[in-house]
Amino acid sequence: MADITANFLGIKSPNPFWLASAPPTDKKINVLRAFEAGWGGVVWKTLGSQVKNVSSRYSAVNYNGSKIMGFNNIELISDRPLELNLREIKECIKLFPDRAMIVSLMADNTREKWHELIAQVEDTGAHGLELNFGCPHGMTERGMGAVVGQDPGIARLVVEWVMEKATIPVITKLTPNVHSVVPTGKASVEAGTNALSLINTIQSVTGIDLDTFVPNPYVAGKSVFGGYCGPAVKPIALKMLATISQDPVTSKVPISGIGGVSTWKDAVEFMLLGATTVQVCTAAMKHGFRIVEDMCEGLNNWMDEKGFNTITDFIGKSVPHLTQWEELDINYHIVANIDQNKCIHCGLCYIACEDGSHQSINLQYGRPYNTYTIKEDECVGCNLCKLICPVDDCITMVEQRKGDEYINWKEFQERGMPLNDH
Amino acid sequence: MPIKSNRLTASAYEQNFSDIHPPFDSRESALVEANRCLFCYDAPCIKSCPTEINIPKFIKQISTDNVKGSAHTIFVSNIMGAGCSRVCPVEKLCEGSCVYNLMEETPISIARLQRYATEQALEKKWKLFERKPSAGKKVAIVGAGPAGLSCAHVLSREGIDVTIYEKESKGGGLMTYGIAAYKVTPAFCEEEVKYITSVGGIDIKYNQELGKHITLAELQKSYDAVYLGFGVGLARQLNIPGEELEGVVDAIRFIYEIRSGTYDKVPVGDKVVVIGMGMTAIDAATQAKRLGAKEVTLAYRRTQEEMPCTETELNIAKLDGCRIIWLAAPAMIKGENGKVTQLVCNLMQLGEPDASGRRSPIESGEQFILEADMVIKAAGQIPFEELVNNNQLQHAHGKIVSQKNGSTNIPGVFAGGDCVNGGKEVVDAVQAGKVGAAAILEYVAGL
Repeated sequence: MADITANFLGIKSPNPFWLASAPPTDKKINVLRAFEAGWGGVVWKTLGSQVKNVSSRYSAVNYNGSKIMGFNNIELISDRPLELNLREIKECIKLFPDRAMIVSLMADNTREKWHELIAQVEDTGAHGLELNFGCPHGMTERGMGAVVGQDPGIARLVVEWVMEKATIPVITKLTPNVHSVVPTGKASVEAGTNALSLINTIQSVTGIDLDTFVPNPYVAGKSVFGGYCGPAVKPIALKMLATISQDPVTSKVPISGIGGVSTWKDAVEFMLLGATTVQVCTAAMKHGFRIVEDMCEGLNNWMDEKGFNTITDFIGKSVPHLTQWEELDINYHIVANIDQNKCIHCGLCYIACEDGSHQSINLQYGRPYNTYTIKEDECVGCNLCKLICPVDDCITMVEQRKGDEYINWKEFQERGMPLNDH
Repeated sequence: MPIKSNRLTASAYEQNFSDIHPPFDSRESALVEANRCLFCYDAPCIKSCPTEINIPKFIKQISTDNVKGSAHTIFVSNIMGAGCSRVCPVEKLCEGSCVYNLMEETPISIARLQRYATEQALEKKWKLFERKPSAGKKVAIVGAGPAGLSCAHVLSREGIDVTIYEKESKGGGLMTYGIAAYKVTPAFCEEEVKYITSVGGIDIKYNQELGKHITLAELQKSYDAVYLGFGVGLARQLNIPGEELEGVVDAIRFIYEIRSGTYDKVPVGDKVVVIGMGMTAIDAATQAKRLGAKEVTLAYRRTQEEMPCTETELNIAKLDGCRIIWLAAPAMIKGENGKVTQLVCNLMQLGEPDASGRRSPIESGEQFILEADMVIKAAGQIPFEELVNNNQLQHAHGKIVSQKNGSTNIPGVFAGGDCVNGGKEVVDAVQAGKVGAAAILEYVAGL
């Protein structure tokens, strides 16, 4: 059995799966149930200035009959009294001392307010703080949340205020509503943050009611941009995480990965790109806390299969595999191959290649089943047919190098090699 | 061993004849199935449908909540798409060639999805077709069955004024009178005919039989063209001793009675033997059982390999508790006091393949006896040879000889459906009607 415990800046948890700052972590009753279910830690829903929430708050994007591929919310930070939250945090820590208790914060934009809030939270015995620089709605109008995260200068200032006061580890949570997360990440690290977490939610409109013409979620005939999350945002989150892991400044601090993590596989992907822990919200909101069971078991089995003893054995392992386009090997060439014994003659590869790619599939008419074969000379090895094929391993990509040596774009150009081969 | 009616309670009849393929009970369940469809390109299911309904398209339209568009996609190829969704032997047509079969997965429930879309069209009376302005041409159609209605709908859409002459008091043909009641109800058939004719320009004159109330010559005189779609209907005789005994009925007549009256009025025996193994034989056997017969036996002179019905149909009979006897050919019907008591069968064995390519049954010399008080003959239907002959139509053993486009040896007279092919599926007749209509449009345009 592999050891799946995590050590994040000295904050220990029995597994790297934390619940992100959100409704599942907003009160004692939820958090205790989460700990009972096996979650390694929680980031308590953001504490800060007093707010008032609206109804409704969520909307979703479904895809081909599958519910909540993407999820969106317009809920604000915790709307419960601060004292109540602080008392409950303390009680949860006492009942589950082995779990990570991080508290998310978003104070009014003054040094004094931040200091005051940090002191109050540290009194609970919490293990760490997470600065919410990412909330994309409601708080921004008041100069908080994403407004801070979107301006590296402001972020740097606030982190400096926080670091003057904090005695426990500080994680700065980044907003994805920027062209790059690196500038704010860098400013935060330079200002002293102990760690980074990302991503917060992405501004979105999930859909529009075609009868009322009002976008979702509906609030008395109006709507606002909400924060998008769930499986749909995972690829974006992974990319942003990778840029933080690649940067020489931001890669110095540990990272807690967030954004569409639903399974142990998703979690492993975040960890391979540099996350020490992952935070989950949408999947838990959809299925409940029980999903952590398979996350732990799946991670454990995978680590055993791969021969990893601890999670540090593979954190960041995929980062070196991401390079610049101009470093890619132009001589590497693959062509599709259709296994005729597995082919079910659905024609999806054909029409995709014909209309959407390089017209590299032959169609031989039959009644009722057509036969499809690859025109190897035409195939550019784009993967489209393989991605579309509904049968496992029916279409495989076979390596047919253009030349033995590695040659990248720069070299290719220097040698004046021919372009436009298609 | 009496033959009697009113064997069951009203609720038992209702249960026995309730929908054998119930529809989706909600939009959600239809969507789950619609979303399974791979949306194949040049899809095998389309090629396996005689009317070539664009199946992936109509299923996709269900999944996008464009049910109106879905119904239009179905009806533009098959105006009886609602009825076909209930009666088509889809296991050997569209669903039989669904690519999921090749993955050892359950094929898409195409018929059920088709029913989902078309049923809403009928219920909500969606007007999916506009009639073109009158072209000033008139066409007479004989028979308001699938071929005739399909032909009429295409013609009417193109602005032709159509009059259909139907010998029965209701339209729908074999859909209304010749198919098991647990597949389609007479009420549904009536609704379907109403929906088809709601496009306008189609006048159905009921109780008008060709050769009795009207003649082909009169129709030719009064109309620009004539389409014959009067089907088949005569049951093939067994030509064995005892066929005249009381208790020997033909399946067409038996099913007709079930379809045209109430279940409690249809008499059925205690021990029923059905001869044949086609779709009609199955429909007769299962309905005899469902009417309260104690024992129903299907006797067929060949084996399961050669049977004309599909395995799905055979399984309905088996699940209904019908006994199946293979290699049994009727030799003689015995009776007492003029009533059937026994069926004597020749035990057959398979010989060389015949013209149909199936191994032919030959007598083994052995005989056996089945106790029976009712014998239902379902050994095929024969065409109206005399009618065809009397009207100087070229024919082959009573089946009208027509060209690919439906034209006959008489200029301006077209034919299609069972009266040409000798008896196929409803969907084949619908296609024949479409093809005939195209030829008629070309013909009347040249007048």
